Amino acid sequence: MRKSTKATLLSAIFMGLGQFYNRETGKGIVFIIIEFIGLALIPYFRYSIWGILTLGETPLHYVNDIAVGDHSIFLLIQGIIAIMVLIFFIVFYIINIFDARKTGKIRDKGGKVKTFKQFLKYIWEKYFPFVGLSPAIIAIFFIVLLPIVFSIFIAFTNYSSPYNLPPRALVDWVGLKNFKNLVTLKIWNSTFWGVAKWTIIWAALSTLTTYFAGLFLALLTNLKGLRFKKAWRGIFILPYAIPAFISLLVFRMMFSGPGAVNSFLSQIGLEQVGWLTDPLIAKITILVVNLWLGSPYFMVLMSGILTNISKDLYQAADIDGATKRQKFFKITLPIVFYQTAPFLILSFAYNFNNFNVIYLLTDGNPVNAAYKYAGHTDILVSWIFKMTYDQNQFHMAAVVSIIIFLVIAGLSAYSFSRTKSFKEEDMIQ
Amino acid sequence: MIEEVSKIKEVSKKKNNRITLGKVIQKCILYSFILFLVVIVIVPVIWIFGASLNPGNSLYGSTMIPENPTFIHYYKLFTETDFPIWYSNTLKIATGNMLLSIVLTTITGYVFSRFKFKGKKMGLMSMLILQMFPAFISMTALYVLLLQMKLLNTHLGLIIIYAGGQIPYNAWLVKGYFDGIPKSLDEAARIDGASNITIFRKIILPLARPIITFVALTNFTLPWMDFILPRLILRTADKKTLAVGLYEMVSGHQNTKFTTFAAAAILVAIPITILFIYLQKHIVQGLSSGATKG
Repeated sequence: MRKSTKATLLSAIFMGLGQFYNRETGKGIVFIIIEFIGLALIPYFRYSIWGILTLGETPLHYVNDIAVGDHSIFLLIQGIIAIMVLIFFIVFYIINIFDARKTGKIRDKGGKVKTFKQFLKYIWEKYFPFVGLSPAIIAIFFIVLLPIVFSIFIAFTNYSSPYNLPPRALVDWVGLKNFKNLVTLKIWNSTFWGVAKWTIIWAALSTLTTYFAGLFLALLTNLKGLRFKKAWRGIFILPYAIPAFISLLVFRMMFSGPGAVNSFLSQIGLEQVGWLTDPLIAKITILVVNLWLGSPYFMVLMSGILTNISKDLYQAADIDGATKRQKFFKITLPIVFYQTAPFLILSFAYNFNNFNVIYLLTDGNPVNAAYKYAGHTDILVSWIFKMTYDQNQFHMAAVVSIIIFLVIAGLSAYSFSRTKSFKEEDMIQ
Repeated sequence: MIEEVSKIKEVSKKKNNRITLGKVIQKCILYSFILFLVVIVIVPVIWIFGASLNPGNSLYGSTMIPENPTFIHYYKLFTETDFPIWYSNTLKIATGNMLLSIVLTTITGYVFSRFKFKGKKMGLMSMLILQMFPAFISMTALYVLLLQMKLLNTHLGLIIIYAGGQIPYNAWLVKGYFDGIPKSLDEAARIDGASNITIFRKIILPLARPIITFVALTNFTLPWMDFILPRLILRTADKKTLAVGLYEMVSGHQNTKFTTFAAAAILVAIPITILFIYLQKHIVQGLSSGATKG
């Protein structure tokens, strides 16, 4: 039998054996330790897999005043974590086999085997991308991916108040029932479409208003012959610089019933307005406040683009006898539009999920009696928040999350694939 | 050609120099309009500052320019609330998050910018798409994860989640910026025998100050504004952050602590605002580095 075959078989039977056979003691010890850790974890893996399949069998109860029983949600998350750990383990196992085979082949040809130190150096240089990415990969797996997988799984369970809320009760897998309910049950269905409609209107209007207001501010502060340009710009940038969290709470106070705006109105003898309590006015107030918050961002962005437009273009236009208006519509605007197009889509995606503005200003209120758990100004993401934290309707919140995700991810993937840093990918090196 | 241009310029200058009544009116309208915008921007700021100087407690009596201004609320903030603890907690989390995030994102961005490997394009795309998932239900998963790691109710746990969660978006921006640094520099250094890490530390990082400033700033400011995740993860009062404390002051229906909130808001907003304005150039550069259209 050839040395490579033997080493491969040995490593397949038990991690590290092949490496020992190849006389790579350092590597062999590392792999054997990993294998032993894996073996020691078998009961843990078995328990976790049982947990994720059954989601627990006995709900919480007391035995001699000590709480015992299964917590379905903990079991589910532990199951996902265990599966992820298992995936990492399997990857190591495969690496171990391939490594033994590779070294065996070198020995078959009579080549020299690297020492452990040489090997580490080799890995560091040849496989630098993977070494460099490993912290990010682990972090993304557990901090980004795990929660997403969890949310997606929840959409296929009945995790909700009042009957399926751990620890007192168990959660069960229900298949596609939640998706079906969203489509067929009137109350869920009408809430979803009602909230979705306002979400899209809100995202479109808030993006467009801030975009054009930002363009307007940028043009205004770049006007020829305007004095104190820097000072104006410095003031207009303030709303972007002040933490939005604080300005939103301040606006909530200002526009509230007894707030500054209403007391000003009564001082000059006008009637008070329900800025945040009337359904339609509340929506307008939110858009206006967002205009205050969001325009400076586009102003800053567009000022940069405006000052970078080549002067040659305008000079050439001058020679051709173009009017100011022509220069503006044929040179300035097209360049600004072209360069800011990706930001427009990104901003739409951002506003689509702009939880802070809605939640901090109105909490989604005023209440809408025709909706389930949502108010007039709620957007999908704040509705999800309410379903999760106030109502414990996790199963439906998960379904809506998946839908939002599909829409937003599709949109962003499209816009990102058109950006420079993605397109140039093929040309690198 | 150049002469022609300068002639045209002279002509247009002469036109501009003639002062007419129409021009004056135009200017007046322009400046009064700008002043109007300035008022709109400034009023909320003045209002909240005025409110913090009002003697009363509630929203009702507070006026924009208080008759008897007082600093009692600032004083109370330090003597009667946990404000100093919140402040130092937040500062700690913000600094930790900033440092860890810089390390994680720059290395990731470097690898994605300079190396070719299997699954790179897919990795980039999925990083971006993953972070679009609405986060609220998933927070339960983070709670259990920290519970298992015994990091619940610790600032370290929060920092790890912040720093890990920001990788996808920021690494993308950093990669975009690194792409703009000429590869010939790397190659020259490599010929001189520099290793990957040396190139990263000695060549890329020093040239990437703007984007690093951007990553540092965004990660430093995040913990000052997030009032949702800390509420879930930090369970005891001594661990609380500013955003949570501030939010709780006004989220109730009575608004009884309104003026104290105003004072706290001023103290939080001032340093962050100054930081932002001071570093705004880098912010614009950072934002546009990932997304310029090609």
